[in-house]
Amino acid sequence: MSAVGPAEAAWYAEPRGEVSAALADCLRHGREAPAGLVRAAGGAGVDPWGDDLHFALYLLYELHYRGLDGVSDDREWDPGLLRVRAALEGRFLDALREAVPSPRTVEESFGPLLTTPADRAGGVSGSIAETGGLWRAREYAVLRSPYHLKEADPHAWAIPRLTGRAKAAFVAIEYDEFGAGRAEAVHARLFADLMEDLGLDAGYNRYLPAVPAAALATVNLMSLFGLHRAWRAALVGHFACVETTSSPGSARMVDALTACGAGPAAIRFYAEHVTADAVHEQVVRREVIGGLLEDDPALEPRIAFGCDATVLLEDRLADHILTAWTNGRSALRHPLPQPVAA
Amino acid sequence: MPNAPEPRAPRRVVVDPHGPVLVEGPVEVETPDGIRRSDRFMVALCTCRRSRTLPWCDTSHRPRERRR
Repeated sequence: MSAVGPAEAAWYAEPRGEVSAALADCLRHGREAPAGLVRAAGGAGVDPWGDDLHFALYLLYELHYRGLDGVSDDREWDPGLLRVRAALEGRFLDALREAVPSPRTVEESFGPLLTTPADRAGGVSGSIAETGGLWRAREYAVLRSPYHLKEADPHAWAIPRLTGRAKAAFVAIEYDEFGAGRAEAVHARLFADLMEDLGLDAGYNRYLPAVPAAALATVNLMSLFGLHRAWRAALVGHFACVETTSSPGSARMVDALTACGAGPAAIRFYAEHVTADAVHEQVVRREVIGGLLEDDPALEPRIAFGCDATVLLEDRLADHILTAWTNGRSALRHPLPQPVAA
Repeated sequence: MPNAPEPRAPRRVVVDPHGPVLVEGPVEVETPDGIRRSDRFMVALCTCRRSRTLPWCDTSHRPRERRR
């Protein structure tokens, strides 16, 4: 079966509004960011949850990961681009602060995550299972690809900012995420295997034009936390939240993918996360959060904020997906074409 | 006594009172169905027996949310 997807579009081909269009132009042509763009990026006209902001922010963050085709690596620390980024981050953070209750304790944030939902069949995984085909599994993989193809990368930025117990335990979990020394077991590689198993193209950012704001926001959140030392405790809160919710969520995905006839590599990605993250959850809460709070108890509200912001954006993404699917629409910006047998 | 072996440092395992037992890996577990191996740096062994991935924990020990 050949990989499914629209003809490959360049990252700059489909800006999503005034800000991302002007930004893509600056990046593509090596131009300085004009002052007007900084003002527009921080202005009230930009929806803090919207496609224009999250696509622009995603492009700017990508300069810190693997870069963008045709954009000089030197622009990673371009002061004008950093001003645009700061303006977009300000809008996003203001909206998060307004939406997330704070200050909260670690117990208040994590307590509700440590229960098994009463309705195990519901949610996105339940919807994937009920189609009797793979198209929802494919859409979900595309939605998650910007995240899982850089799984654990943004969290690595926490390492130089942690010490002692928290650092040692954090690095041990990251080592596991990065395949414990084996390239074929790097979690991002396992996700690429899942995509290929579903007949998708596993190229990095290959489906970026199709991924809507609700999914990009979940990635932008961890990039934001990762790139700012001030948000290191929130990055730990994000990491701990993902590890805490991943194991049961992955078990539901194993069931869903099995029910809709996905192949072994697709199922393996989630099966690996069931047992891996049951361990990671224990280690991250005891050693990483425990160690960090021992070093600096004042960080507690930021750890809780990182967790709560993650839950908020994950709930928003699940709502986006289920609303689209319930109404018979694609959850992507462009639906994937039906795959053709090779 | 010459050449006495160094006393081995005890392996400390961590017991979560409501969850798994944490053991530093790699680990082999003898089960009625044979030996299961994990090379992970830490291994969580199920103690509630509800796990679907025995002998490993899959967080099934977590209390069920009440139906609303």
